[in-house]
Amino acid sequence: MELKASMAGSVWKITATHGEAVEEGQDVVILESMKMEIPIIAESSGTIKEMKVAEGDFVNEGDIIAIIE
Amino acid sequence: MSYLEEFQERVNKIEKGGQAKYHQKNEQHGKLFVRERLKRLFDQDIDIEDAFFANCMDGSLPSDGVVTGIGKINGQSVCVMANDSTVKAGSWGKRTVEKILRIQETAEKLEVPMIYLVDSAGARITDQVEMFPGRRGAGRIFHNQIKLSGRVPQVCLLFGPSAAGGAYIPAFCDIVIMVDGNASMYLGSPRMAEKVIGEKVTLEEMGGANMHCSVSGVGDVLVKSEQEAIEYTQKYLNYFPANFRKKPNVKTPKDSKKLEKRITDLIPENQNAPFNMHDLITHIIDEDSFCEIKKKFAPEIITGLARMQGKSIGIIANQPRMKGGVLFPDSADKAAKFMQLCDAFNIPLLFLVDVPGFMIGTKVERAGIIRHGAKMLAAMSEATVPKISVIVRKAYGAGLYAMAGPGFEPDCCLALPTAQIAVMGPEAAVNAVYANKIQELPEAERPPFIKEKQEEYKENIDIYRLASEMVIDAVIEPEQLREELIKRYSIYDSKNVTFTERKHGVYPV
Repeated sequence: MELKASMAGSVWKITATHGEAVEEGQDVVILESMKMEIPIIAESSGTIKEMKVAEGDFVNEGDIIAIIE
Repeated sequence: MSYLEEFQERVNKIEKGGQAKYHQKNEQHGKLFVRERLKRLFDQDIDIEDAFFANCMDGSLPSDGVVTGIGKINGQSVCVMANDSTVKAGSWGKRTVEKILRIQETAEKLEVPMIYLVDSAGARITDQVEMFPGRRGAGRIFHNQIKLSGRVPQVCLLFGPSAAGGAYIPAFCDIVIMVDGNASMYLGSPRMAEKVIGEKVTLEEMGGANMHCSVSGVGDVLVKSEQEAIEYTQKYLNYFPANFRKKPNVKTPKDSKKLEKRITDLIPENQNAPFNMHDLITHIIDEDSFCEIKKKFAPEIITGLARMQGKSIGIIANQPRMKGGVLFPDSADKAAKFMQLCDAFNIPLLFLVDVPGFMIGTKVERAGIIRHGAKMLAAMSEATVPKISVIVRKAYGAGLYAMAGPGFEPDCCLALPTAQIAVMGPEAAVNAVYANKIQELPEAERPPFIKEKQEEYKENIDIYRLASEMVIDAVIEPEQLREELIKRYSIYDSKNVTFTERKHGVYPV
């Protein structure tokens, strides 16, 4: 499953790393946008197969942040 | 055969609907027969049914594929039209359309809610001249809906397809409840899309229930089964009066649900950190009284009906947990319709404000965020029901305006001690005002300078300063918020205001 950015912003913190198991509803990445912390939440439980972004990257709405399997 | 026998035979045949194979097909898809749907929807079965014998001279079209009549939900009479998908896939002929028109006109005369149980393939093309273009053709169904809008609640339960022109029935209802997997809406089917524009797409992608309830926003509530759709309808109607002249019924008051965390512990002091606004809502409403609308669409703003001391209220709340609670074109659109719905039926509004403002950037400007935002402001401004705005944390920029800020005549604007009202947040403001100055400073001196200016800025927008200037009407102790709101809504109950005199405004749609 592709985890996508819900809005445009920069990657502030990555809270789950490659190979890590995540639960549905868990924060995977926190963006910074409009001066706000924007948690990007796992929509289903699984393992992070690929992390597509690094801290400091700009992402646009809809960009893929991570692949969860 | 005696008269009575003939009568009974005809009744039995019509009551069964279409051929057995279509009943079986419905069953395979978890779809109920139209008469079973109505039995479950009403307190007791349908009370009055007219044109049961419609098109009975043609033995193959029982009731001409639609049941129309009146029954009670929660003790209140409601008019209903319900497609029978076992009869030519619920398609519309001349008499189908006439039956729908007549029941709508009955709802208008009796001033009772109008419920649409939709499961129809659309027009019978073979009958088009009789049912499509004329004065009593299908177009008039929508004309009637538009006329009924705001006079009586109109609810659509979408159990199957709602195709082509038929897709406008849901569009003109106050709320559309869609059954996942079975319900769909589209102007042209995937087959037509492939033929006419060359697009290859599945029905689910183009017009499925999940898509409409989360992406297009044409659907409001996604449910798993027909039974769930029926129960949601019964619950939803409980918050509404029968028509615009009345107020909603008051139900038995309940205490709010006790949560582990107090409001004070719930709201982070750091304005930029997220929290779950649903927890604050739970704190202030009667237990289990929240009926959320458009949960999956634009979740950065929460809209839903609830009760406080048994009385209906409509809540519009920013959700800092989703997209930072920032307002987008879709969030503005969602809030605008919800406010119109509540205002039309005398349901007071509550705004829970924690908003960094409207989104900026190319994407939203191109999507017309200014006119969508204007639509939200217009709907909020025009609402004449009791309106209370609670500034929970930040209220920046036009976000303050859109959430019933003091300039828009809310009955009061309350603030929690965590409130912060400003054109923009301290970080953005200092950057905007001192950008050149910061650039000129040696790098080492910049952070202390920025910090100092931010502190100055924060003092300037301090909530007690705004209370002193009477920008807000009261600062409320967070744990007292529910009591304060109950007291105020009870007093504002006698509010009687006409917004202004004119034919109608020119809406920034």
